[in-house]
Amino acid sequence: MAKVTLTIDGKTVQAEEGSTVLEAASAADIDIPTLCYAKDLEPYGGCRMCIVKVEGIRGMPPSCTTRVAEGMKVTTEDDEILQARRMVLRLLMADHPSDCLSCPANLECELQALTKKLGVREHGLIHLDRQATLDESHPVFIRDMKRCILCAKCVRTCNEVVGAGAIGLINRGHRAEPAPFLGTGIKFSNCESCGECVEHCPTGALYYREPGPEPDYEVSTICPYCGTGCGLVLGVNKGKVIRAKGDPDNPINQGHLCVKGRFGSYEFVNHPDRLKTPLVRKDGELVEASWDEALDLVVQRFKESKGDKFAALASAKEPNEDNYIMQKFARAVMKTNSVDHCARLCHASTVAGLAASFGSGAMTNSIEDMEQAEVVLVTGSNTTENHPIIGNRLRHAIDKGTKLILFDPRDIPLAGKAVIWCRQRPGTDVAWINGLMHVIIEEGLADLDYVRERCEGFEAVEELVKSYTPERVSKITGVPAQDLVEAAKLYASGKPATIIYSMGITQHTTGTDNVKSLANLAMLCGNMGKPGGGVNPLRGQNNVQGACDVGGLPNVYSGYQKVTDPAARKKFEEAWHTDLPAEAGLTITEILEAAEKGEVKALYIMGENPMLSDPDVTHVEKALKATEFLVVQDIFLTETARLADVVLPAVTFAERDGTFTNTERRVQRLHQVIPPLSGCRKDWEIICDIATRMGYPMSYESESEIQDEIAELTPSYGGITYDRLDRGDQLAWPCPTKDHPGTPILHTKKFTRGKGKFFAIEYISADELPDKDFPMVLTTGRILEHFHTGTMTRKSKSLHALVPGPYVEIHPADARHYKIRDGEKVRVSSRRGSIELIAKVGRVDRGLIFIPFHFFEAAANVLTNPAVDPVAKIPEYKVCAARLEKSA
Amino acid sequence: MTEKILTARFEKPDSYRLSSYVEDGGYEALKKALSKTPDEIIDIVKAAGLRGRGGAGFPAGVKWSFVPKESEKPKYLCVNGDEGEPGTFKDRYIMELDPHAIIEGAAIASYAFGAHVAYIYIRGEFKLPIERVENALAEARQAGFLGANILDSGYDLDIWVHPGAGAYVCGEETALIESNEGHRGMPRIKPPFPAIVGLFGGPTVVNNIETLSYVPHIINKGPEWFAAMGPEKNGGTKLFGVSGHVKRPGLYELRMGTPLRKIIYEVCGGMRGDKELKAVIPGGSSTPILTPGEIDVNMDYDSLAKIGTMFGSGAIIVIEEGTCIPRLAARLAKFYAHESCGQCTPCREGVPWIAKILDRVENGMGLPGDLDQVLKICDNIQGKTICPLGDACAMPIRAMIVKFRAEFERHVEEGGCPFGPTPTPWDSES
Ligand SMILES: Cc1cc2nc3c(=O)[nH]c(=O)nc-3n(C[C@H](O)[C@H](O)[C@H](O)COP(=O)(O)O)c2cc1C
Ligand code: SF4
Ligand code: SF4
Ligand code: SF4
Ligand code: FES
Repeated sequence: MAKVTLTIDGKTVQAEEGSTVLEAASAADIDIPTLCYAKDLEPYGGCRMCIVKVEGIRGMPPSCTTRVAEGMKVTTEDDEILQARRMVLRLLMADHPSDCLSCPANLECELQALTKKLGVREHGLIHLDRQATLDESHPVFIRDMKRCILCAKCVRTCNEVVGAGAIGLINRGHRAEPAPFLGTGIKFSNCESCGECVEHCPTGALYYREPGPEPDYEVSTICPYCGTGCGLVLGVNKGKVIRAKGDPDNPINQGHLCVKGRFGSYEFVNHPDRLKTPLVRKDGELVEASWDEALDLVVQRFKESKGDKFAALASAKEPNEDNYIMQKFARAVMKTNSVDHCARLCHASTVAGLAASFGSGAMTNSIEDMEQAEVVLVTGSNTTENHPIIGNRLRHAIDKGTKLILFDPRDIPLAGKAVIWCRQRPGTDVAWINGLMHVIIEEGLADLDYVRERCEGFEAVEELVKSYTPERVSKITGVPAQDLVEAAKLYASGKPATIIYSMGITQHTTGTDNVKSLANLAMLCGNMGKPGGGVNPLRGQNNVQGACDVGGLPNVYSGYQKVTDPAARKKFEEAWHTDLPAEAGLTITEILEAAEKGEVKALYIMGENPMLSDPDVTHVEKALKATEFLVVQDIFLTETARLADVVLPAVTFAERDGTFTNTERRVQRLHQVIPPLSGCRKDWEIICDIATRMGYPMSYESESEIQDEIAELTPSYGGITYDRLDRGDQLAWPCPTKDHPGTPILHTKKFTRGKGKFFAIEYISADELPDKDFPMVLTTGRILEHFHTGTMTRKSKSLHALVPGPYVEIHPADARHYKIRDGEKVRVSSRRGSIELIAKVGRVDRGLIFIPFHFFEAAANVLTNPAVDPVAKIPEYKVCAARLEKSA
Repeated sequence: MTEKILTARFEKPDSYRLSSYVEDGGYEALKKALSKTPDEIIDIVKAAGLRGRGGAGFPAGVKWSFVPKESEKPKYLCVNGDEGEPGTFKDRYIMELDPHAIIEGAAIASYAFGAHVAYIYIRGEFKLPIERVENALAEARQAGFLGANILDSGYDLDIWVHPGAGAYVCGEETALIESNEGHRGMPRIKPPFPAIVGLFGGPTVVNNIETLSYVPHIINKGPEWFAAMGPEKNGGTKLFGVSGHVKRPGLYELRMGTPLRKIIYEVCGGMRGDKELKAVIPGGSSTPILTPGEIDVNMDYDSLAKIGTMFGSGAIIVIEEGTCIPRLAARLAKFYAHESCGQCTPCREGVPWIAKILDRVENGMGLPGDLDQVLKICDNIQGKTICPLGDACAMPIRAMIVKFRAEFERHVEEGGCPFGPTPTPWDSES
């Protein structure tokens, strides 16, 4: 960037071309008061607090909107300027209630602070009565517009940063105020409850219902929810975590948060229901026990169940260190490879599919990189709800010109931003992807040079997709042929174009096929290994990537080193000073089957809740009950823990150090915010204690030491240390050495496996299709306000207030047909079971119903089909046949 | 001496129809223009001294020349038919009676700076003008004066009508652009100026209806003819809308530089009931008021600027003896308070506050410091807002108080209005 030289208050200052006078002044430590300026928003120039004098410019331009120029002479303060600023304050005060003492923003209000600073005590004007709205509709925050100073920060944040566009200014002049569409309560708008507007409001116009005390100290860490991996700053008061703010230094979220991060990330930490002492089942009841008693029992039973009689579930919510220790325990101490976790249930098909196509089963590009794409194809990802900060950045990119193609059967919030939105029938993804490739090849839009040079196996695909004409594909998928053609052309026109997908693609019996098909499409247009391109699976949980990376899978050690590879095995045997089993272990679904048959006798579950997360939970319950000895280690008494023989109380993310690997393979550092609650222990410490008691001493000083062991044994993590992370290095694996900068984009020069591999894949239908008895298609998923099995989010007061319970989404025409009204109770049944819940009319396509799976009282997974993908063993959560009826 | 350019065809039957327009030589200028280079057109309009008739008086040719020749984004012309300034009623006549002149002028302008799409933004309440312009556009399209390859020149242009929704501020060029884009009509920060970043982000010229209507005549008769009609740098005629307490209020087309006294006492037949003149607002409600001692001024941009007021839109409001100036001021401030978009503090808060305090003064409840307070607020609005709407209130109010201070003070001292319930020109309208 070119620099310009200007003088501010007689001081010679260098500033970047294109920056504002305000920025230049602030860089030179010259303070200019502001009210409507915010670093992360476009300049607005509304409040007129920051006015200055610039030689040669008439009047007093605002410094926040005036760009620097070579030789500019700026005066930031003189009597006239001060007088004008004071007048701005007086005018605002004349219109503002003067009840600071009872205002929620007292002592934090920017208006108040400026009146003090500029010495304005009284406005001396006639008080203007503003007829302002008091909006108390929202369960979490209040909008009291009589305190509004019209800085429009809320409106701008909601548009520019969040992209929800829930509020705008209404009315003119003195009656203007920020308001949701039609001026109704914010609760009834498309507000996403992220609280960004509240955070930005300089006065007490927007405030939380329960603001909480000031924190004694703050610590930055990482959000425990989705795979985005936003940085949090948690505030602690009297030993309790009392608030979360976005970490402005985290490059992913840059200080912003979604509703879960803002409220759900800490509200559960000090919840009274936290487990604080081990529980042991005695005479059928879980009763409190000492750690020694509980662990002795565990050790005794585990000793009897070594080998195939034992299995463990690691956890996509837990840090890398604990997952590493868990798989080490299963392999080195229990002599089995049967360790798996719920990654199986979300992205096993990604890992299998992308590894086959490219050689590496992860997101190929970074989140930031996405903003460079000309075209984004999103499918099977309700991004703004399930990865909200990525969704926000995507909306931002779209506002700046990126074009969106969306394939999704539901009317998700992104639909309104799409250039082309296709509602495919669930389970027909291979067909439409083949259809797009058909059009791209026919129209001569394929990047054949790239294909020839970098890939292999294309001929078979070329041959196969010949029969996937738009007309045929339209019949299979229900997407109009014309839309398919246009989508294909638009995707091919993107230089570069990226693909973003999530569980809507993976959770099918054809999940691996779906993933490979997307890989085909991306290679066909030469979109791999480039900034703004790639195939990007958004991982569901905070550390699902990491849990896989460090070996929480039955067939690989950390870094995807195969347990069946003698060399790899030897390496780990030497490092761990013991012999290791040579055969791959069981997957999560197989573990449960084996447990039901009595083959697995002891099961050790860490931080997972299969009683809600796994398909056909009636079956899961049977299996867990049949397990002779079940140990569950968790923070709450989950539905699964209730069935356990021993329950061990663990700590939350806030009580410990560690690392999470987010969806873009970036390893990020957790910092301990409060000490472990009394009675609770860190997962890795518990496991090490058990191992040691079993005669295999395992002990580490700290998480950092575990990370060092991971780095030593895992080539892709080889250069990742706590020292580097604490220095602020942003490390995406592969990061093989201590001086390696990390790899934000994969496959740049060549694919990890050498050549990118095309797979010719025929469309096959979903496992269970609707019929006479079960005429609807049921699909399941997550919603914005809750997470996974609700263990954490449902303990959050705010999130609970927003969405208190289960519901099913129904198309209006289907609702009419079944005579169901919005808010009525309905019964949904499948071949496996039946649940009762509230009907919510809208969003889904005709013939389709959607149920979020977070709610135990109407668990969607009572209904889902446990049929799995033959390769990845991922169950088909996204399609099953169901019946809908009004409750009696 | 009263040359008619724009109003020449007003009295013809069917003057608004294409057939009538073409009969009178219409669209010949477009033909001629298309045979010249764009730069030649710009030079001609510059030489004619045509200044913008929307209020600011910026030379039209110069404005067009600011548009970059090469642009990644499409360029646009926005024709300003919002006509919201109180006292102004000229553009609606052109839209109703000679819409093809606007279209022809807009087409020549678009050609000159390279726009292929133009919008005519018309005040929403103007039902008949909207209808007439829409019909004229359809006729012109049908006849090949608009659309692809106009008159075989290889030049394409289409023009659309965008009706407003009732906000004075949407006449301000950047608010007009926002509104034309489908957004809430709020002025944008300048720079960037519309000529660089305007409608849909493309380089944009905003011109008033009247301004563009002169263009075909300039092309036909040459810039010298036009320039010669007015004083230096103030070429042509002007549509003056005279209202208030004169014998013959109405719309008059007169040469630029016609003396104000002549307009009041000759053209309009003098004061109603031969009363004494008390004041004149020379160019629409936002221009500073003149006292009877100041009416020996020529009505052109530079002469009016010299005596501290403005030419504005050429809407002359004549005020007779016995009219209460504080009431006029209060009424005016109320209008601006109602029309402020609400974006910037000085205008949003300051203008209603002025309105409120003037209301108090007019009603006899004024306090001794009130007038100075108002002046102080005016000072803190002027030059400190996003768009000139704030100035448009502050400047005339300041002038009224300064020039008629005694009258305001009497209101405060006597605790009431010395004039009784005499209506201002605005009250009689509403
Ligand atoms: C508050 C406000 C209202 C305005 N209203 C109008 C209007 O109604 N019509 C108009 O032509 N110009 C209006 N203008 C002036 C325009 O901003 C702009 O200068 C003009 O349309 C340019 O055209 P011209 O150069 O041909 O005069 C207004 C300006 C302001 C500040
Ligand atoms: S809470 Fe978030 S989505 Fe709702 S209005 Fe505020 S910024 Fe917009
Ligand atoms: S509510 Fe707050 S953030 Fe929004 S405009 Fe008013 S003062 Fe600004
Ligand atoms: S001066 Fe008034 S009308 Fe113009 S931008 Fe500011 S508030 Fe809006
Ligand atoms: S901070 Fe610059 S105008 Fe508000």
